[in-house]
Amino acid sequence: MIFAGRGQWGAFGTGGFVLLVLLVFLVIPVGKVIYVAFQQPDTGAFTLVNFLDFFNTSLFRESFYNSLYVAAMSVVVASLIAIPLAYFTTRFRFGAAALLQTLGVIPLIMPPFVGAVAMQMIFGANGSINLLLDEYFGFTIPFMEGLNGVILVQAIHYFPFILINLSASLANIDRSVEESAQNLGSYGFRLFRRIVFPLAMPGYVAGAALVFLKVFDDLGTPLLLNVNNMLAPQAYLRISSIGITDPMGYVISVILVAFSLFSLWLSYFVTRGRDYASLEKGGGGLGKRDLGTWGRLGAWLVILIILLIVLTPHIGLLLLSFGTIWSFSVLPDAYTLAHYREVFSTAMPYITNTLIYAGLAALFDVILATAIAYLVWRTGIPGRQILDYLGTAAVAVPGVVLGIGYLRVFHDFQVPFVDKPLASWWVIIVVALMIRRLPYALRACTAALQQVSIALEEAALNLGAGRFRTVHRIVVPLMAGGIMAGFVTSFATAAVELSATIMLVSAESDAPVAYGIYVYMQTAAGRGPGAALGVLAVLLVGIATYLSHRFVERSREVEEADRRLAVAQGA
Amino acid sequence: MNEHSQPAISATGATAPGRAGPKAERLVIEGLRLAFGANEVLKGVDLVIEPGEFFAFLGPSGSGKSTLLRAIAGFGPKPSGRILIGEEEITDEPPWKRNVGMVFQSYALWPHMTVWKNVAFGLEERGMRRSEIAPRVRRALELVGLAEFADRRPSQLSGGQQQRVALARTLVVEPRVLLLDEPLSNLDANLRVQVRRELKQLQRQLGITTIFVTHDQEEANTTSDRMAVLNDGLIQQVGAPVELYDRPANLFVATFLGSANLIEGEVLADGGRRLFSGRGGFRFPVAAAEPEGRAHALFRPQIVHLGGNPAGGDSNEFFTFSGRVVRAEFLGMLVRYGVEVAGIELLVDEPHEPDRPVLPEGAEVTGRILTRQIRILRG
Repeated sequence: MIFAGRGQWGAFGTGGFVLLVLLVFLVIPVGKVIYVAFQQPDTGAFTLVNFLDFFNTSLFRESFYNSLYVAAMSVVVASLIAIPLAYFTTRFRFGAAALLQTLGVIPLIMPPFVGAVAMQMIFGANGSINLLLDEYFGFTIPFMEGLNGVILVQAIHYFPFILINLSASLANIDRSVEESAQNLGSYGFRLFRRIVFPLAMPGYVAGAALVFLKVFDDLGTPLLLNVNNMLAPQAYLRISSIGITDPMGYVISVILVAFSLFSLWLSYFVTRGRDYASLEKGGGGLGKRDLGTWGRLGAWLVILIILLIVLTPHIGLLLLSFGTIWSFSVLPDAYTLAHYREVFSTAMPYITNTLIYAGLAALFDVILATAIAYLVWRTGIPGRQILDYLGTAAVAVPGVVLGIGYLRVFHDFQVPFVDKPLASWWVIIVVALMIRRLPYALRACTAALQQVSIALEEAALNLGAGRFRTVHRIVVPLMAGGIMAGFVTSFATAAVELSATIMLVSAESDAPVAYGIYVYMQTAAGRGPGAALGVLAVLLVGIATYLSHRFVERSREVEEADRRLAVAQGA
Repeated sequence: MNEHSQPAISATGATAPGRAGPKAERLVIEGLRLAFGANEVLKGVDLVIEPGEFFAFLGPSGSGKSTLLRAIAGFGPKPSGRILIGEEEITDEPPWKRNVGMVFQSYALWPHMTVWKNVAFGLEERGMRRSEIAPRVRRALELVGLAEFADRRPSQLSGGQQQRVALARTLVVEPRVLLLDEPLSNLDANLRVQVRRELKQLQRQLGITTIFVTHDQEEANTTSDRMAVLNDGLIQQVGAPVELYDRPANLFVATFLGSANLIEGEVLADGGRRLFSGRGGFRFPVAAAEPEGRAHALFRPQIVHLGGNPAGGDSNEFFTFSGRVVRAEFLGMLVRYGVEVAGIELLVDEPHEPDRPVLPEGAEVTGRILTRQIRILRG
């Protein structure tokens, strides 16, 4: 399994293998993309001319500003949604706070490009809302017009990142810190602005940076909304239409990676040394405030409006998947099961492919992640931190960039026996998904390992079990809950990945669900089946997410029971 | 509150209204009840705290003392009953309109603001002009001896310094009443004595009506003019510390304030006189005003004296006994003996002096108690 030999040799061997995988499938492809961006296309000499070309082309300049604008505005809109939800549910005694928090995470189980078309149907120029507005009030609002549409879809999809991080920060603020401000005359919005929000800033910044990064890198949503004057779509279009040698795709890749790294660095820089979690001895604890009658009404109103907006893509997708014809009308004309029948009769290969790709990717992810976590935290081999950094760094690599890198590096590499270049063999999709989702698995497995006391391992070693048998019989079983959670998270997010997949799919028979939905959604007639496929994808991801929560909870319960047992036995 | 604190002024028996500052306010609590859901925590509290008093709420954890303090500041569930400052009723005012200063047990300093910003906060919330705020903040920081720490963050200060910042932050807004929630509990043991003296001196200097919550009777005794002992959501007794120690109103107050010997028994009529008769042959005359019936006799360990002639003195004036030492604990300034008398173990404190040997276990001893120092308690 993980350690083939005794002592340090097994560790070195495993570490070497993991490092090789990361070098070949992460460092070299990304490095190649960056290298090519600085290369003279004809001579191969070092040059900045590609970047000059980029900024001298008005379409690229516009794309650059658009990407920045959309990412920044998405953060703003996502904040408007997430901040009230987080504040009311964490700091106040509020009925259904747990339910609201759960509902608030629902958007994450729907890939944004799936919701995009549904949003068109409801918020678009001829969508339900605008039809109603036009009929009763004689005006319309361009919610989905151009960049607005991308911003709205991305904000609704990604606000949970802010919600989750901000809620965690808010929940850790000691009640007495708020009370002392009230005692000195502060209340209402001023109290929030001067005391509560600044203290929750680290969580907010972490979430906001993630939203910025995700939106800036995203390819699927702009493509589906037919907004092509942004960076990621431009990179994709250049590579897919002009070819793998066009330098602009590489220049854009470098810019995407640079901004990803920049926003991660910014979030680290801003939050560093500001861990204000302030549960102090003799503090007020986590007690929540009561809301007055008017405050309660107002809070509910705000929250219901937000939830309605947040659930729009889901409602729209359901209507679309069951509707016969839905065009220039508030609701579909009639309802049918035909789309689902069509999906089950013709689109099953998409689902099978997805299960295989995402399943394999997640399996390799947890094996790699367990190995990395163990090497980093339990062995002393030199350079072990590098594995951790590399495994986490994949977060900053946009799918487009990884896709371009693979095409460039592996399209000359013929796979023996298959007689195909590696870049167009289906396995490369699995590898791309594995690398992209490794950070999630790594986080889960590291957390799980840190909860396993070293003493338990030492006891096994002391009783004569070797390294390999200790890991096999003690460590991995104790980490099972965390490993399972890592598997499911990787699986669920890999199942709906589009950015890298869309670049690497070489034959329709090899395509996964995300690609299938994308293809269906290209035509008006395909929207119904596309939506039905989308609903299936959402169910798939939803069930997986639910299972992941159950695994985490169960392992927590087992742990709690163990602790009680230990206390009861006086251990 | 400077480092060279002067000896604390003795507060024996003082209600000290004369020490009230120019703006000191009276605090009145009437029939205050408060519940967390079905759990009633305050069960009808009546209390008057005089202007300028240094008043302590003393009680075990769960007695309701902190809840009562927080209710005065406007925190926690809505109580029934009334709270008045001076003539003004504040029961239904929100916390931010009460102008009641509270120093939290955890200090609750805001980690994202400097010391200066922390102290200036309350003045800014009151809409005061910048030019007016600066001198006040400076004066408040000077008052607590932290003027040179204005630009630090709270995390860069020691626990004692943090508490001074919390105090300055509260005092700078000139609150009508000052509330201190367990102010010494987060300090090192060796700092506590110093800080409590400084607190008391500062309170005297400002003359502000002050309430101080503690579970430590020594803290309450040494700092407060008067105190209220709370248990189970009710005030058990109110008075000066000496008064409560010497004349506790009930068994709870008697045992909560220091060690005590308690003898079960009853008060009997004996002709025109009254007599206490309890277990272990404890029989002695009591005041004629004592009603008959079941009662406890209470006496502190230090009023029991060992040795001497058991027959000596007026037998009405002393109760005498003989017994056997079963335990001897040397505590430095005194030796605490357990003396078995007819099946009852008495606590006896004897002052220790260099030439007085500690009695060994098993030693036969005699002892006497001045009967008028014994207190009869009902219930």
